[in-house]
Amino acid sequence: MEAVRTTHLKKTYHGKTAVDEVSLTIEQGELFGLIGPDGAGKTSIFRMLTTLLLPDGGAAAVDGLDVVKDYRQIRKRVGYMPGKFSLYPDLSVEENLNFFATVFNTTVAANYTLIKDIYVQLEPFKKRRAGKLSGGMKQKLALCCALIHKPTVLFLDEPTTGVDPVSRKEFWEMLQQLKAQHITILVSTPYMDEASLCDKVALIQQGKILSVDTPAAIVASYPQPLYAARANEMHQLLKALQQSADVRSSYGFGEFAHVSFKDTDIDIASFETILAKKGLTDIEIRPTPVTIEDCFIERLNSQA
Amino acid sequence: MKQLLTFVRKEFAHVLRDRKTLLILFGMPVAQILIFGFALTNEVKNARIMIMDQAKDQASRQIIDKIEASRYFEVNQYIHHRDELEKGFKQGDVRLAVIFPQGFDHALQHLHQAQIEVIADASDPNYATTLSSYISSIIQDYQSEQVAAAGHLPYQIVPQIRFLYNPQLKGAPNFVPGVMALVLMLVCVMMTAVSIVKEKETGTMEILLVSPFSPLMVIVSKAIPYLLLSLINVTTILLLSVFVLDLPVQGNLILLFAESTLFIITCLTLGIFISVKTSSQQVAMLISLMGMMLPTILFSGFMFPIENMPWPLQLISNVVPSKWYYIIVKAIMIKGLGFAAIWKETLILAGITLALLVISLKSFKIRLS
Repeated sequence: MEAVRTTHLKKTYHGKTAVDEVSLTIEQGELFGLIGPDGAGKTSIFRMLTTLLLPDGGAAAVDGLDVVKDYRQIRKRVGYMPGKFSLYPDLSVEENLNFFATVFNTTVAANYTLIKDIYVQLEPFKKRRAGKLSGGMKQKLALCCALIHKPTVLFLDEPTTGVDPVSRKEFWEMLQQLKAQHITILVSTPYMDEASLCDKVALIQQGKILSVDTPAAIVASYPQPLYAARANEMHQLLKALQQSADVRSSYGFGEFAHVSFKDTDIDIASFETILAKKGLTDIEIRPTPVTIEDCFIERLNSQA
Repeated sequence: MKQLLTFVRKEFAHVLRDRKTLLILFGMPVAQILIFGFALTNEVKNARIMIMDQAKDQASRQIIDKIEASRYFEVNQYIHHRDELEKGFKQGDVRLAVIFPQGFDHALQHLHQAQIEVIADASDPNYATTLSSYISSIIQDYQSEQVAAAGHLPYQIVPQIRFLYNPQLKGAPNFVPGVMALVLMLVCVMMTAVSIVKEKETGTMEILLVSPFSPLMVIVSKAIPYLLLSLINVTTILLLSVFVLDLPVQGNLILLFAESTLFIITCLTLGIFISVKTSSQQVAMLISLMGMMLPTILFSGFMFPIENMPWPLQLISNVVPSKWYYIIVKAIMIKGLGFAAIWKETLILAGITLALLVISLKSFKIRLS
């Protein structure tokens, strides 16, 4: 049975569509990533699945339970970590954890094995007030609180937003460990680099799902060879690429520009000389592996 | 049950760990009682007066002694000419002048009638009325003593003025029930509203909703701590009024606490209602302050008599819970009356509470809006 299934799920706010006919299927034990920029509708989907919002159309089920009809049942079994830090800042680490354990009719001791790996990192600060923790620590505590009742499905809404790179990496390692405990995890993130850490990802933009597949399959589906280009004047280079008739798509990507060409067998050396004629120096163009972000941009372009 | 207890304990932690909340919660009642008790009293104390005694006989001397002995007046100066009257008033610190005509005692003995001139500075009319009525009651008092001594003195009419329930015209009785209504209204409504809205604002409400804990229990466990804390407030106010303001509780203390509990529940439901309808702490606080404090001050009868209001306002005052609570507390605390005298008000208050409770529970959202 699927852990989560949505069919043509829809949500509108004052006539504006936030979630547009989203149909997703998440298998049990899967680590599923919902990848998209801010305002893509990720939080709305999360809130409908956690029974906090009523869908305006379509249907959704968590653990086979309808999000509208069986909302009480769903609330008992899922774990939810909202995007914003949502614990009590004036309570200590220990008090927060105990409070949520009691609210979910359990004790910290009963499910300690599940959170042990995460909680040991928090233990030295257990008397500290949650509001005084660092961003990474807060996320760990929030994860502990969402896990304390051994949920069947865990919903993590942008858990790594505003967290430093080291803590982000640690956080994803924790998710991998949880996956080993057969907990289905639905995680949303605006960071494309985190997509490759999921079993399966859905790319979402303006409430619409662009594609759903494993990260590897999404990357493999990229239609063209991709090149990374660099020159002394990046701004000039980007302008030149955009104007060039040979270029299929080009955009800035970190310190490089990512380029794909209309002719897949293009002679790179001769293209470099064309660029050099425009006054650019230190030109370097070489093949580069496709990332999820490239695929995302590709889908956006092909939609437009 | 264990969940509820944990939740209540958590609420107490929120209150006790926040100094600002603590200050509002316990500082406000104390400050209000002291301010109303000592600073904002309309009672007259040590008003400065002038005396011009042209008679200088036994009767005028005795009356002057009585005036001087009273704690309401302080004889500022004795004057000898009418010219000095104006000067005294214009300097501003003299509020009233008493003038005895020549041959005052003689007139009293032989004509059975004498006059005393009382001139008051009526730039503050209420104050002037109060002062002159105090002076005339001192004079009445003297008259009746004379009547008692002589035994006859025909055709002397002595009006009997009696101030019911508050013979010394103490200021405190009026305001203690008023302050109780005000403080409970503010503390319960504002604190409950803010504490629920805070959970919405910080996002913890989202987690609480996605839990087996029923939304109804969230409300109940929010209300319990504030009910207890408010009862502590009632106790503080009563202790202050008994020991600092010398105003004993005439009636049944248990009845007073029972009625206070009812009123606290009214306020808590109001707070819950506000929290359901708002989504930011500032708005919740503003509505509680403006929406609760003003009606309580205006329509409870504690500052402005309701009988003097035009009928539309009188009608409005009926739906203000603090009006009924004010009447109840006044009846128990000052008049010493029992439940038989206030069952109607209690019933009305209970009705308002029930209506509010149904409305706020009905409108409490089990999802995000």
